[in-house]
Amino acid sequence: MNAPAPAAGLKPQLFKSDVKPVWCPGCGDYTVLSSVTKALAALEVRPENVAVVSGIGCSSRIPAYTTCYGFHGVHGRALAAATGLKVARPDLTVLAMGGDGDGYSIGGNHFLHACRRNVDLTYIVMDNRVYGMTKGQPSPTTEPDWDSKLAPHGTGLREFHPLVIALASGANFIARATSSDPNGTADLIAQAVRHPGFSFVEVLSPCVTFRPEQRNWKEMVHPAPVAPTDDAARAARRLMTDDGFNIGVLYAGHRKPYRPEMGRPAAEVAELETEFIL
Amino acid sequence: MTGEGKGLDSVSIALAGSGGAGVMTAGNMLLEAAAQAGYYGLMTRSSGPQIRGGEAAAMLRVATTPCDSVDDRYQVLVAIDWGNVARFAAELPLDAASLIVGDPAHGEPPEVFLKSGARHAPVTLKDIAKKITGGWPNMVALGLLGGIIGLPYAALRAAVERSLKKGGGALAASLAAVQAGAAEAARIGSSYALAPAPARTARWLITGNQAAGYGAIRGGVRFVAAYPITPATELLEWMAPSLERVGGTLVQAEDELASINMILGASYGGVPSLTATSGPGLSLMIEALGLGVAAEIPIVVVDVMRTGPSTGIATKTEQADLNLAMYGMHGDAPHLVLAPNSVADCLRTTQWATHLAETLQVPAIVLSDQFFGQARAVLERPETVAFAGERLRAAPNAADYKRYALTESGVSPMAIPGTAGITYTADGLEHAERGTPSSLASDHLAQLEKRARKLASIDYGEDWADLEGEGELAVITWGSCTGAVREAFSRARSDGITGRLLSLRLLSPAQPEKLRRALAGVTRALVIEQSFGGQFLRYLRGEYDLDCELTSFRKPGPLPARPDEIHRRILDWSRA
Repeated sequence: MNAPAPAAGLKPQLFKSDVKPVWCPGCGDYTVLSSVTKALAALEVRPENVAVVSGIGCSSRIPAYTTCYGFHGVHGRALAAATGLKVARPDLTVLAMGGDGDGYSIGGNHFLHACRRNVDLTYIVMDNRVYGMTKGQPSPTTEPDWDSKLAPHGTGLREFHPLVIALASGANFIARATSSDPNGTADLIAQAVRHPGFSFVEVLSPCVTFRPEQRNWKEMVHPAPVAPTDDAARAARRLMTDDGFNIGVLYAGHRKPYRPEMGRPAAEVAELETEFIL
Repeated sequence: MTGEGKGLDSVSIALAGSGGAGVMTAGNMLLEAAAQAGYYGLMTRSSGPQIRGGEAAAMLRVATTPCDSVDDRYQVLVAIDWGNVARFAAELPLDAASLIVGDPAHGEPPEVFLKSGARHAPVTLKDIAKKITGGWPNMVALGLLGGIIGLPYAALRAAVERSLKKGGGALAASLAAVQAGAAEAARIGSSYALAPAPARTARWLITGNQAAGYGAIRGGVRFVAAYPITPATELLEWMAPSLERVGGTLVQAEDELASINMILGASYGGVPSLTATSGPGLSLMIEALGLGVAAEIPIVVVDVMRTGPSTGIATKTEQADLNLAMYGMHGDAPHLVLAPNSVADCLRTTQWATHLAETLQVPAIVLSDQFFGQARAVLERPETVAFAGERLRAAPNAADYKRYALTESGVSPMAIPGTAGITYTADGLEHAERGTPSSLASDHLAQLEKRARKLASIDYGEDWADLEGEGELAVITWGSCTGAVREAFSRARSDGITGRLLSLRLLSPAQPEKLRRALAGVTRALVIEQSFGGQFLRYLRGEYDLDCELTSFRKPGPLPARPDEIHRRILDWSRA
């Protein structure tokens, strides 16, 4: 199947459904939703040619809030479902979306292998460093001393560094975005979609209910001081040493996407029988 | 079994030895030679737990009629060496009429084999091979076995040539070794020659795993996600290049959680999809199978069952995943469960499962097992079946489109991504007709009823089970027990027992009305299965109102069901 022709002049509003989000007032995910709709309009792709695939969690509710084809699956497996869909239907624009618990904890293994496999899809993680839907448990990106009912003295565990992991695992495009800049995030998402292979956009998206202190993130974020690099070693150094609030494209590589041939039969089904015939 | 003077109608032989001795190669060639000579056959295999090396046994039954079961005893056991072959004693039953051939260079046969009273005939396989430049003991054993069961040299030669396509010195040496082995057979003087081969028909040589894979492709499967697991791996390995040829693809997943979710994603995209696994993998896939039920996404999962629980015995067969396949999912999750009952039926049933899954927009689990999956059989060319039914797709821009519309049949048109004007979100959350999340009691009930209704909406026809015979007694079985049960029952008929044999193929949804008709007038039924706890018996009791008296005959794996013990049980039971 060939990629559909560009559809110019689409409004972001076209991508927004009439389903009311379950999110709390002030949740960063509202602006991420808005950034996605802006990015899709800018990409000149029609809603029926886009699939938004997610797992479980607050942010994973996002597919139904769009007018795209949506897939709201089981916890942690968004990338697996998105991979199957994109390989089977390379003509579609596939966005996998979700939160830090879904993507880095229960879905951690799929994250590694999606980066490594480098299928041409875009993974947007709305990271708020907490499990919100289950009302405030620490996630892999939560600070070690953050108190909660489940971990009364903090987890004592070092945070997971999703961007470094993505780089080490082979992601072809790595960006950090912030929900406090909807237009900037829309632009980063559009760049991620355009970039061939597996693109990863980590969006700092505050949970105002369980992590109200994250409201301050908008004061802490700043544009990445240097241009994107295609040098993985340089990118690794930057990612390991930055303050976690650098916004922008941090790595853009040239790996060949994984794109097995589909839909071009070389033989009739019955020809497969010949190896069995005596 | 023995036609007076004209030879055997069935002979079972085993070739054993240490890993690297070429037992499987020679076994495959022997099966192929038997097929070339016009016989039917079934080859199963056994190996130790080592990855490479260790001990291995190729076990063949060659017969004048198709074989769906192993026989009671092996007439011939040939060991290239004795290494750890004694470990297979329980899998290689012998008796006083059997022949053991061992190489004196490797010592006497183990007592566990000799105590059967079988005749022992030493043959210096290694020395004979050494005298031929490039000769190998396994090729001598091949010639020996071919000679013992009376295969013509031309058939053995054809099989060797087909296997060693490059020809040259290796081929010449192998053929010389085969001839030397055949000469030894003449020296031993065996009485295990087969009766003349039946008339030629169109036949296939195929494993159950290949048959299931081919059935899936025939049914329309074009996307497979794969995570390796014994004994399903060969199914996936057969599909990888085969799918490529017919315009499909296989993706190796990072784990079974990924493979099941990948096929859900691909099928959501409109491409019929499958994965194959075994018990441990199916356990991991259960959550996502429930998503397939809730979101109404058709997929096929072939479970090539092995001995459980947990890692169990990975290389051996058992029918103990029935409970998991039937009842593993949380919530009320109606889905399809089917089971082939022969190697050939692996093709037909997997094809049928694919069609049913697509038609009903629901996951289907196909319960094959290690016995079928890794058995190679010479069988009549399976008929080309065109099962009716495919996925109902929604038209572009359908007015007021509702993905989960409450239709009369329960099946509602599915929007495929790329289709304009009818986008929706497939959801594991309970939903309203449009697909939007809903926690209303009324929506939950309506969708539960819809999902149950669609499985009851079609007539599954005659394929739901195989029914043979009549009378007040019935034997009920399923899956790979069926071949042994059929053979046992045919012996019981010779003893004057009349009764019915029922082998269920469609396990879910249960077919109470069809079963009632099949068993009308039956007063007593013997339920035969390969599980320790009687999962099939409990399934029958739970799903059906049976008014006959049920008796259970069950054994766990890893040993395959053999006709003699079932025959004896049928006799005891029918006369009780």
